Amino acid sequence: MKSTTERQQSRTAWLFLAPALGLITVFFFLPVVGGLLLSLTDFDIYAIGSPDTARFVGLANYAHLLSDPLFWQSLKVTFTNVLLGAPLSVLVSLGAALLVSSRLVRYPAVFRSIFFAPVVTTLVAVAIVWRYLYHPRYGLIDHALAQIGIAPIDWLGDPNWAMPAIILMAVWKNFGYNMIIFVAGLQAIPEELYEAARVDGAGAWQRFRHVTLPSLGPTLLFVAVMTMIGNFQLFSEPYVMTQGGPVRATTSLVLLMYEEGFRWWRLGHAAALAFVLFLITLAGTMIQLRLQRERT
Amino acid sequence: MKRMLPSLLLHLLLVAAALLTMTPLLWMLSASFMPAGDANTLPPPFFPRRFTTEHYTELFTRLELARNFRNSVIISISATLIALFTNSLAGYAFAKLRFPGRERLFKLLLAGLVIPAQVGMLPLFLLLQQMGLVNTMIGAIVPGMASIFGIFMVRQYAASIPDELLDAARVDGASEFRIFRSIVVPVIRPILVTLGAFTFLTMWNDFMWPLIILSDDQKYTLPVALANLVGEHVQDTELMMAGSVLTILPVMLVFILLQRSYIRGIMAGSVKG
Repeated sequence: MKSTTERQQSRTAWLFLAPALGLITVFFFLPVVGGLLLSLTDFDIYAIGSPDTARFVGLANYAHLLSDPLFWQSLKVTFTNVLLGAPLSVLVSLGAALLVSSRLVRYPAVFRSIFFAPVVTTLVAVAIVWRYLYHPRYGLIDHALAQIGIAPIDWLGDPNWAMPAIILMAVWKNFGYNMIIFVAGLQAIPEELYEAARVDGAGAWQRFRHVTLPSLGPTLLFVAVMTMIGNFQLFSEPYVMTQGGPVRATTSLVLLMYEEGFRWWRLGHAAALAFVLFLITLAGTMIQLRLQRERT
Repeated sequence: MKRMLPSLLLHLLLVAAALLTMTPLLWMLSASFMPAGDANTLPPPFFPRRFTTEHYTELFTRLELARNFRNSVIISISATLIALFTNSLAGYAFAKLRFPGRERLFKLLLAGLVIPAQVGMLPLFLLLQQMGLVNTMIGAIVPGMASIFGIFMVRQYAASIPDELLDAARVDGASEFRIFRSIVVPVIRPILVTLGAFTFLTMWNDFMWPLIILSDDQKYTLPVALANLVGEHVQDTELMMAGSVLTILPVMLVFILLQRSYIRGIMAGSVKG
């Protein structure tokens, strides 16, 4: 009797799982495996018409990448975005979370909503808005800087400033998301810990250093990993704001993959780039998890 | 009295940060109502000297953005409905139905979260090409029809449903699908609202996939049409701002309506690292 109900429940479970797992397998997991295989072929525009013409070329696409200066440039751009953009984004989020979580704040929900607003906006639309804000002649940003005596910066036209400009815009767009996660993390810290620290005579900084930060550890790790993964995937901002320029200063790995794959139809090359993205994302995640484990 | 000064400083800081955060969005709104060319004058004006809605008219008449708006609406809403159906069934099954290998399968699925979506995009394009779905609405919807994160969200929430409730219904002879529909769905309704808001916003705002799969401007979603438009109309600041407002407005409305559910979703996603 029991075994029939168990078998029945198992059958129901698979029935319920089938639509979602079927879709995810066919349209996500299989393509990922397919991407690895694709990266080992010379699949190009001719192969799109007749796939039989694609040949197995082993690691030739990867060898080509290593000798391609554009690949190294795109890695540099991507890592700039991860090593500079991600920490800045996390810091701003944490700062905003600490501010709105203070017990002295009136209407914290209003401030939270305002800081969160850019998160829900459409990236393409706000990237266009920022393109105009960064205009060296008519942009509000240079106009504001001029008020405090800073000479106009050609944000998106100067290879040295284009990446900082994109990072700044992305921080503005995204900090509200992590802020919400930090606010939840801060709320979970028991008030007694702060009381005890106060009794021991700890100042605001010491309370932050010895109570807030350690209690926030797991949240911080989660936010750091997710932000890093997101920052590896930089694409829309340079596509809309700079088209990867000036002189390739903002050509990220994913933008290069898009160009190789969907502009020049060199799908073998593009698949190799995609797989490199996968590998560095995986490596980055492992390193962060390892660092955290060592610390605790 | 002692707390007055820190409180004042804190609020000054917060108000300054809030103004800074809102400035790009407020300027976008304001510039979209300026007469053509006014945004490119010195000193750059923040408020329109004369108020006009001509750019919005142009978007809907000459530029025919209404059809792209409609495409975005159709794609986002259908993906949301399908995702609600598939993810809620699977999430419930992982939470409440017993079957061999359940935990292992779920862990395997979660591991997929570290794989960037772009890794599968090239083969997915080729697959959809074989299926004749390139440059179709269905092609644009495909990646949104089910998601690991959505299943995870529903599973976390459905885990709190008491087993007795389900067993009692089984004793009464209710079919499993009936139990799902009339007992489970009402209980997990809050997380379904969250998941719905999430999927809608993600699909509406998505850029890379619709850019890849849709190839003519009749079929473009609003963000793709907008990115295309800026190529030809880069000098028309005011017109582009009107287009940006049009693109952002629907998601802002959804967010304002479902704010609490949406924020709960973000917190749910961060429960487990």
